[in-house]
Amino acid sequence: MLTLEGLDIRQDDFRLQADFAIPAGSIVAVIGPSGAGKSTLLNVIAGFFAPVSGHVIWEGRDLTGLPPAQRPVAMLFQDNNLFPHLTVAQNLGLGIRPDLRLSTEDQARVAQALIRVGLEGMDARKPATLSGGQQGRVALARVLVQRRPLILLDEPFAALGPALKSGMLDLVAELAAETGATLLMVSHDPADARRIAPLTVLVADGQAMAPQSTATLLDNPPAALAAYLGG
Amino acid sequence: MAARPVPLSLRPVTHWTGWVAAGLVASLVLLPLLAVFWRAGGGSLPGASDWAALRFTVLQALLSALFSVVLAVPVARALARRRFLGRGLLVTLMGAPFILPVIVAILGLLAVFGRSGIVNQALGWAGLPPVQIYGLHGVVLAHVFFNLPLATRFLLQGWQGIPSERFRLAASLGLGPADVFRQLELPMLRAILPGAAVVIFAICLSSFAVALTLGGGPRATTVELAIYQAFRFDFDLGRAAVLAVIQMTLVTLAAVMALKLSRLDGFGRGMDRPPRRWEAELWRLRVWDAAVLFCAALFLIVPLGAVVWRGLPGLMDLPVQVWRAAAVSVVMALSSSFVAIILALSLAHLALVRHRIEVLGLMGIAVSPLVIGTGLFLLINPFSDPARLAFGLTALVNALAALPFALRVLVPALRDISRDFGPLADSLGMSGLSRLRWLVLPRMRRPIGFAAGLAAALSMGDLGVIALFADPERATLPLEILRLMGAYRMDSAAGAGLLLLMLSLLLFWIFDRGGHRDVDA
Repeated sequence: MLTLEGLDIRQDDFRLQADFAIPAGSIVAVIGPSGAGKSTLLNVIAGFFAPVSGHVIWEGRDLTGLPPAQRPVAMLFQDNNLFPHLTVAQNLGLGIRPDLRLSTEDQARVAQALIRVGLEGMDARKPATLSGGQQGRVALARVLVQRRPLILLDEPFAALGPALKSGMLDLVAELAAETGATLLMVSHDPADARRIAPLTVLVADGQAMAPQSTATLLDNPPAALAAYLGG
Repeated sequence: MAARPVPLSLRPVTHWTGWVAAGLVASLVLLPLLAVFWRAGGGSLPGASDWAALRFTVLQALLSALFSVVLAVPVARALARRRFLGRGLLVTLMGAPFILPVIVAILGLLAVFGRSGIVNQALGWAGLPPVQIYGLHGVVLAHVFFNLPLATRFLLQGWQGIPSERFRLAASLGLGPADVFRQLELPMLRAILPGAAVVIFAICLSSFAVALTLGGGPRATTVELAIYQAFRFDFDLGRAAVLAVIQMTLVTLAAVMALKLSRLDGFGRGMDRPPRRWEAELWRLRVWDAAVLFCAALFLIVPLGAVVWRGLPGLMDLPVQVWRAAAVSVVMALSSSFVAIILALSLAHLALVRHRIEVLGLMGIAVSPLVIGTGLFLLINPFSDPARLAFGLTALVNALAALPFALRVLVPALRDISRDFGPLADSLGMSGLSRLRWLVLPRMRRPIGFAAGLAAALSMGDLGVIALFADPERATLPLEILRLMGAYRMDSAAGAGLLLLMLSLLLFWIFDRGGHRDVDA
């Protein structure tokens, strides 16, 4: 279970509060107007941004003071999820060992992850030679080899076409189900949430609200969300 | 989209290496200065001739920086948007005058612009009065010759820092050359130009050999030259120390200005594909760029050609001590380049979180090598024979002198890497050596290669501290050339000058090439 305990996040005039828990193994969408703090919330959980007060707790362990790499978190950013100077295999390898000293077993894991995301035989390629969708798959394969119980997606597939994006989201959902990971994904498209996330956290008016059923929330949106959805 | 959050704390690498480097640089600069002060008994007030030297120094440095930077814009732009046969060679040549050993370059400039040089011969043939290279305009001319290529290289890196996707976007929006200039190139220039100008200003503030050979006299004396004269002819350490303090204040101010003026923000990154410039594919722009490149090449190549022409005859039978000196110089250049890169990388990491650190790096040129050398002499003399440590000291001081240039190149590159890939590296736990090996070094190959090449070539051509310390057995090549000239063995000196030129260029080329391998990687 991921618990956000009395989180208070501030940056200049920006303020965001969160106080709720997310059951382990669930897939949760994070939805809300632009600038409400969806990305910031993920960055606090991942350890890139410090809250003024409050705690981030995973399975009873307080993560609040830990650096990003020591948290049980794998995160995909909006961009720059791959190192362009490294091969696909090296990019994956970094998810296992930051110094890339991989054992035979590690290399086998890399190969399996590539097969799992449908990129068999691409290990020696550089990211620039891959399509956007393939790059997304490489990033997901790295999340796979990272074996972290908590996966955070900060709209890494926003630049992909609708069909491609849906495909990627389905793959994400499958991978999360296979590994039993808890998944939080920022989205500005309600369809994404309906597609794979049974639960949704609404971020609006300086508050990240406790997760609710996605269908219920989207069918009867509160005022802040209704204004954002424009419907 | 929410604003990008700032990282929890910037701890990309442990900073102790940066602090050690900073401490080393600070003590290498400050301790010798203190030693000079101590020996001089506190120093004396500057006189009228000192103020005249100060005025001349600032004036010539201002003019030199202005001309170098303004002329570099069209040259760098032409290089940035044209792909043609020999472009790589021209870019390498752009690095040549700056890394050219000063004595050799001045010989080349004299051969072109001197009393019986090519220009005056042409003028005389046309019945026009000769031009005079000595004085303010000669000093500025030489400084522009040295620094126009440096400014061009800095700007070219700025241009290469604009992601190719931006030009593609501009082309798809139908932006013309003027629009692209305003939207893409001007913001880059605004970020790079002031810093480049102030760096060149600072370099010219402490320029010594140019003022010695082309300036001189009470009306064209720089502070650095005045320091040399105070040391060499009067051995007036007090006055030299006061001048050194003036010099250091001046350049430190320039350095602070450089950091204030250069805003290295904005541009994102592209996937490292070489850019194509649709908007510049106009006939008149092609002609313009070709003319710009031709003039620049002429200005830079002809003096170099003169050095080669005059050096060739002597190159055939160089005295054995020249070869020995060449070997000493190469080993020294490699050592000092290595030290400079280690120091610069450490300081650059620290400069990401402590911006003022870059000022410390600039102190290497703020204090004149002669002051540092004399201070070190005074510090070491009670304990050991300074001549025995000449090699190490010279390598260290040369590394210090190369540091500002290395930092100028490395800090912005490192900042980009941290901004683009810092979060990913942090989330993967890449720190210390892993981060250096798999992120910083591979992505910084280009700037590191360039900086290492600069440092090696600068050290190769340096004639400063070594002159104070070295015994005849351990002379460097520039010192050996000076001796040959002093002994009126001009053919040998010219030959050795050509050898020095070739070795400097070769070292620079090897490093710079190394950085360019696998550019698309």
